[in-house]
Amino acid sequence: MEDTICAISTAPGIGAISIIRVSGPKTLDIVSQIYRGKNLKEVESHTINYGFIYDDEEKIDEVLVSVMLAPKTYTMEDIIEINSHGGINTTNKILELLLEKGCRLAEPGEFTKKAFLNGRIDLIEAESVNDLINAKNDAARNLALNNMKGNLTNKIRSIREIVVGIMANIEVNIDYPEYEDIEIVTKDTLLPKLSKVKMEIEDILKDSRNGRLINEGINIAIVGKPNVGKSSILNSLLDEEKAIVTNIAGTTRDIVEGSMTLNGFLIKFIDTAGIRDTEDVVEKIGVEKSKKAIETADLVILVLNNNEDLTDYDKELLKMIPTEKRIIFINKSDLDKKIKIDFDYITGNTIDQDGLLSLKEAIINKLKLDNILNKDMTYMSNVRQIDLLKKSLSAIENAIQNLEAGMPVDIAEIDITNAWNLLGEITGDTYQDELITTLFSNFCLGK
Amino acid sequence: MYDVIVVGGGHAGCEAANISAKMGMKTLLLTINKNNIADMPCNPSIGGTAKGIIVREIDALGGLMGIVADLSHFQIKMLNNSKGPAVRSLRAQADKKIYPKKMLEFLEQNPNLEIKEGMVEDLVIEDSKVKGVILEDNSQIFGQTVILTTGTYLKANILIGSENTPNGPHGERRSNYLSERLKENGLNIIRLKTGTPPRIKKESIDFSKMHEENGDNTYWSFSHDINPVYEINNQQKCYLLYTNELTHKIIQNHLDESAMYGGYATGVGPRYCPSIEDKVVRFSDKERHQLFLEPESMYYDEWYLQGFSTSMPRYVQEEMVHSLKGLENAVITKYAYAIEYDAISPLQINPSLENKLIEGLFTAGQINGTSGYEEAAGQGLVAGINAVLKLKGKSPLILKRNEAYIGVLIDDLVTKGVTDPYRMLTSRAEFRLLLRHDNADLRLRETGYQVGSVSEEQYKRYVEKVANINKLFEEVKNKKLLIKEEVKEKFINNGYDVPKQSMTYEDLLKRPEITFNFLKNFENFDYTDDVLEQVEIELKYSGYIKKAYKEAEKLQKIEEKEIPDDIDYNKIKNLASEAKQKLNSVRPKTIAQASRISGVNPADITILAIYLKKEYSKNE
Repeated sequence: MEDTICAISTAPGIGAISIIRVSGPKTLDIVSQIYRGKNLKEVESHTINYGFIYDDEEKIDEVLVSVMLAPKTYTMEDIIEINSHGGINTTNKILELLLEKGCRLAEPGEFTKKAFLNGRIDLIEAESVNDLINAKNDAARNLALNNMKGNLTNKIRSIREIVVGIMANIEVNIDYPEYEDIEIVTKDTLLPKLSKVKMEIEDILKDSRNGRLINEGINIAIVGKPNVGKSSILNSLLDEEKAIVTNIAGTTRDIVEGSMTLNGFLIKFIDTAGIRDTEDVVEKIGVEKSKKAIETADLVILVLNNNEDLTDYDKELLKMIPTEKRIIFINKSDLDKKIKIDFDYITGNTIDQDGLLSLKEAIINKLKLDNILNKDMTYMSNVRQIDLLKKSLSAIENAIQNLEAGMPVDIAEIDITNAWNLLGEITGDTYQDELITTLFSNFCLGK
Repeated sequence: MYDVIVVGGGHAGCEAANISAKMGMKTLLLTINKNNIADMPCNPSIGGTAKGIIVREIDALGGLMGIVADLSHFQIKMLNNSKGPAVRSLRAQADKKIYPKKMLEFLEQNPNLEIKEGMVEDLVIEDSKVKGVILEDNSQIFGQTVILTTGTYLKANILIGSENTPNGPHGERRSNYLSERLKENGLNIIRLKTGTPPRIKKESIDFSKMHEENGDNTYWSFSHDINPVYEINNQQKCYLLYTNELTHKIIQNHLDESAMYGGYATGVGPRYCPSIEDKVVRFSDKERHQLFLEPESMYYDEWYLQGFSTSMPRYVQEEMVHSLKGLENAVITKYAYAIEYDAISPLQINPSLENKLIEGLFTAGQINGTSGYEEAAGQGLVAGINAVLKLKGKSPLILKRNEAYIGVLIDDLVTKGVTDPYRMLTSRAEFRLLLRHDNADLRLRETGYQVGSVSEEQYKRYVEKVANINKLFEEVKNKKLLIKEEVKEKFINNGYDVPKQSMTYEDLLKRPEITFNFLKNFENFDYTDDVLEQVEIELKYSGYIKKAYKEAEKLQKIEEKEIPDDIDYNKIKNLASEAKQKLNSVRPKTIAQASRISGVNPADITILAIYLKKEYSKNE
């Protein structure tokens, strides 16, 4: 028999309510053992019931219990969701009780896996569900929905068709070597076609940056010498936009100092030498940390002091930041101008009410945020897909290099075929054994 | 009582009978006419793209086709020589008189093999096991296993225009009842068609209006065991010519008189070898189609008009041929014809080529839905080997897709089935960098020796070659080329980049342009050409070869994921109904095999894989 699984399905630690979800054939048996209220085995399907969770005689929490009976549920099995009053301790206690009574802790993505296995959803839906769950804002949600509709799939398929056309031409040449009516495939006929494919893939990859910005948010680093006003800028940005969370550990290796939304995008400020403590920053550590922040950031705001000419430290930072992701923000516009600078910049301050308006506009312009949302939303947005697309790009590049180095056509075709297969993996047209495993381990726990 | 009875003396039958006798079995080869053994009723050539590699594989496994072709051709060419090592393939113009004669000589040397004339019309079958064959006079011959290699002779019809004659090729009689008997035993019979072009009298051809096609200036051989016996300069020419507007007009005007377009034929013809009327209709924008004239034999004055296969009536054929440049006054010695015949659905045979329904019955060649001498011979060899292995109680020889084209061929047949006669193409193989012309013996000799189809002598030769290859690998790995002035000069003269410092020969050979031929300027490298070639290819393409092995391993993994025999596909939710139906009819043995069935798409395979994991892993 199938296991009965359970997991906390709300994000850990926050919110007034936590939901613990149980799914499987023994759901009713197990929950009944810790629940006091109406007899859950007799209530109607899809009802919410008021009661209490007990550990023997000890009352743990006052709860609402949703009962959904198979097959009309997400997993097509019996499901109960326990709405508890939250708090890590209480929620964990309820989870422990369920495990004690015979539930198994769900693996990441296991509820969706069950939904898939039981025929409730198909594979591509499953992947989009994952994106949808993880969607951090409206734009991301639209993108996931759009991908579910298959715009991206169509784009990849059309590239794949070009590739298969090239392959077919090579194959025909090989299998019918003496037929001169057929265009003879040589380095010279192949290279332009391959370059075209290369460009098309690069285009999608370029767009994929936008997809990632939508889904994962935009990483911004604020750098500058000590006391130039980095923390004031951050704080007023966050205050104004009513910062969502502060001081949370991000999903990546970077520490996020705080985040806000701008034009529907999630903006994450990443830690640069602890922008908040303006005291005691050893400059050397500061430079090292800034370097790392600059690398990971999508956008770097270099803060300079209007009231002071460029220091060596400033010049060092200017050199370090690539122009395409740099905004030079000259702070303290309320003070006298003493700075001399040859680059494009904007000015502002944290004193006036609209002192940072220019900065926000600059961010929007620099990242072309208006454009991203207006455009047809077929961005490659998920890491697995981007990875595959990059691999297929490098396969095409290999083929081009090999042909240029004088390798024979049949060797080049190995790479071309490889690219074709990789593109097929993105759209699910190529069967990949590991795909399912990889896919499901990326799901967030509980859904 | 025979161990193995082979029915049919074509290319499949010869290989099957020979190998079974070579492996020590008392073997009978039954043929309608001993004079037509190893007959070549269609093109006068052995090999071609992919097919040439099959011939090499047959030779590596101890079969005859390669050596017989070597002893009987009058022209030989390496196709695709410039397109890379993976797709090179030999083709020889084999003499239609000498080839069968040499083949018969080999067969007759074999003391375990008996050749008899007789028309088989039925099988002795008890409890779904074959016990022997029944001839048309109702006499019975008993055997423990039977291999059917009946070619196009099952209920054959020769079609020329609206004329329909119940005969096999050469006016030879057909088998009238055998396919009916097979049907009664549960086999699905399909009807296929193939065709052959007209033959032209040599004296009536004006070769001056055509383009000469010569053999290569390098010596080649199919066989791993003999050196070339021909003289490069004695090779015979073939000729290239074209159809023209007039030819196409004649064809268009008489289209409804052809057997195919007039609706006189029911069989399905080969997609990859269309008739000239097919070409004209399907590619109507083409102004001309290429044709070749090839001698049938040094002993006949007949030439074969390749690319001009047709089922038009004779008088139209005359007009068509006379419209060609150089053939204005040509005399047709044999008219083109189409031939229809019965075959069995290969979905009902195992990868060993033993029938799924009738134990001890093997089939090979056109009866399994293939086209081509080489495809037939390859199957014949495997059927012969497996009949012997069965009698010895050993597990069958099943070549993998990454081991041999023969493996690809048989796997395709038994998993995909056929709709039209199956021709081998290089594009059917996913690991063709591994399935090369040059390494056929390295892939298969050991296997052949293990199953007993390769003789001690052949094996010894192979072991020696392997030792030399390894020795050369060591040598190039350890020896360095010092970049002295005269060395520099040689590089410059050849237009190659001069190495900046001394390099091992191994590293030098990894460059696309550097060959042993060039390196012999600096170092002796006293090895045979095949050894040098092997090391050069393995080094030059090592990155890709390694990758291919890795891919093959990956496939192997899913190849090992077996599907239980008792699986009920109807129970799998979400599986597309077409996939269900296909899976039910093929009943693949592994996930990999399932993934190759047409109509079963990757999503279905995913669902199947998950179902297996879910349903069957629990019981382990």
